[in-house]
Amino acid sequence: MSWFKRVKENILTKTEEKNNTPDGLWTKCPNCKKALNSRELKKNAYVCMHCEHHLRIGSEEYFELLFDDNQFREIGENIISGDPLSFVDTKKYPDRLIETVSKTGLTDALRSAVGEINGMPLVISCMDFRFIGGSMGSVVGERIAVAIDEAIRIKAPFMIISKSGGARMMEGALSLMQMAKISAKLTRLAAAKLPYISLLTDPTTGGVTASFAMLGDFNIAEPNSLIGFAGPRVIKETIGRDLPEGFQRSEFVLEHGFLDYIVDRKELKDKLASSFRMLLTPEAAAPAVKE
Amino acid sequence: MLSNNIFDFERPIFELENRLNEMRAIAEDSGVEMETATSELEKKIHDLRINIYKNLSRWQRVQISRHPERPYSLDYIAAITDEFIELFGDRNFGDDKAMIGGIGRIGNQSMMFIGQQKGRTTKLRQFRNFGMPNPEGYRKALRLMKIAEKFGMPIVALIDTPGAYPGLEAEERGQGEAIARNLLEMARMNTQIICIVIGEGASGGALGIGIGDRVHMMENTWYSVISPESCSSILWRSWENKEQAAEALKLTAEDNLKLGIIDGIIEEPLGGAHKDPAIAYQNVKEKILADIEELSQISLPDLIDARVEKFSAMGSTRLMEEEWEEEPLTLVNKP
Ligand SMILES: [Zn+2]
Repeated sequence: MSWFKRVKENILTKTEEKNNTPDGLWTKCPNCKKALNSRELKKNAYVCMHCEHHLRIGSEEYFELLFDDNQFREIGENIISGDPLSFVDTKKYPDRLIETVSKTGLTDALRSAVGEINGMPLVISCMDFRFIGGSMGSVVGERIAVAIDEAIRIKAPFMIISKSGGARMMEGALSLMQMAKISAKLTRLAAAKLPYISLLTDPTTGGVTASFAMLGDFNIAEPNSLIGFAGPRVIKETIGRDLPEGFQRSEFVLEHGFLDYIVDRKELKDKLASSFRMLLTPEAAAPAVKE
Repeated sequence: MLSNNIFDFERPIFELENRLNEMRAIAEDSGVEMETATSELEKKIHDLRINIYKNLSRWQRVQISRHPERPYSLDYIAAITDEFIELFGDRNFGDDKAMIGGIGRIGNQSMMFIGQQKGRTTKLRQFRNFGMPNPEGYRKALRLMKIAEKFGMPIVALIDTPGAYPGLEAEERGQGEAIARNLLEMARMNTQIICIVIGEGASGGALGIGIGDRVHMMENTWYSVISPESCSSILWRSWENKEQAAEALKLTAEDNLKLGIIDGIIEEPLGGAHKDPAIAYQNVKEKILADIEELSQISLPDLIDARVEKFSAMGSTRLMEEEWEEEPLTLVNKP
């Protein structure tokens, strides 16, 4: 059986399970360790009510937070991974993919969707860290590429929500080339004078930082997110001493001049909508093509 | 002459060469005719060389790409240009010794060179930071590329790095942003860009000067998302699986040509560029001139379009089968 058929079966099972999940669960804040009621947490944009810690969330939650009435049309969702290198480490790459699909119910580490934010059309590509550490492979690249094409087609602004450990090793140089691919595609968006906002969330490192995450008209971040090119462990090994407090956190990155602003997730939607509205040039802000 | 830098897989060749030298010495000293024996041995060495160097494993290619006698960027530039002026600095922070650049001329053709630079002695290796650029290196490269764009001359990028430097200050000065900026700006650079991997092409550090209309790799180089050693340490949790990692990563010139990542392979002298650098220089020079000739026939807007399209096409994805599309999965939430 081809691996994607098995993937499909796994997803369908997963989706059924998810629909049966009861409400009223409790989550422990990873920062202050206090118990948080899931429903209240969701209402608070998944920000801890006690310590303001921004819990890690994925595309499902971001889409719901940002798109008006949680209405959106997903694009590129039928694009799935190949196994170009027939990569085997301790596992075969397709087996790793299937395992991850069954565990997460996701088909790769990024989803793209088009919807409206405070009544304005917007295309969002959002990474999912749960899928092999939010690693960037060919599917991530292609799903961003189709999202950029769609933004240009409907003359909508574009945003990427990054949350990634970097490139996906199992796709070798092809994963590296996704950095080139998305950066090249972004030149097209720029030529169309459509705004692109990059939201960096915890964590954003490696090839994602060294490409599209740092290429926004605005680069913005959630508070206290780890943002860097090299991971802290690698840097520590390289320089042979401890890293300063707050190193590579959003506030540090902003102080060094690489972020436009830091935004509390509870205010994200409104601040994004304002940013896009002010950025849009009159010609680009022409009425969007209706589906 | 016997070099100290012999890989295990080359040892049989050097042992035979040693024997040949001894034989010749004896023949000279004693005046004994040994012509038949030596020419037989010469043929044996020749066959052995071909046998070994044409059947290298991926890990062996990685080893050759790092050979300490291999020519580096400035060696190539000195050998192939009629005139070269090195240029320094990023105009903001400083001059990065791991990233060199300058304006050069071959015949009537001016061009801008950029490239990572390794050092050959312990002292020079440190001076060059082992070919690992800091953010100012990428910004210096971009500054020089912008000059090339302004004056309508082609850019030649020579790639040879074990990676961008993973240091504390590099992070403070925005290593990620510096590389990202180059990817974007190179993708829309209004002039011809030719990239050649002359040694190691490690990850974002290599790609940061690697967006070109033509990207070539020399025969004994590697280009991938991670070094075999780091890949081994992450996926196998041990440094010992580097050979396996090199195989899994498919990181040779031949692999990358098959994957559609590069446009061509530049031949090296048998055993590697360091065995006969003049041949390597000549092959690189010819390729650069042929590329410039070919690329200058294309209008700049078409060239940039083709460049963006080329990189946009990279990847390996497939569509789910038709039946996937008919069944809604997780998607399009309706309230
Ligand atoms: Zn808390």
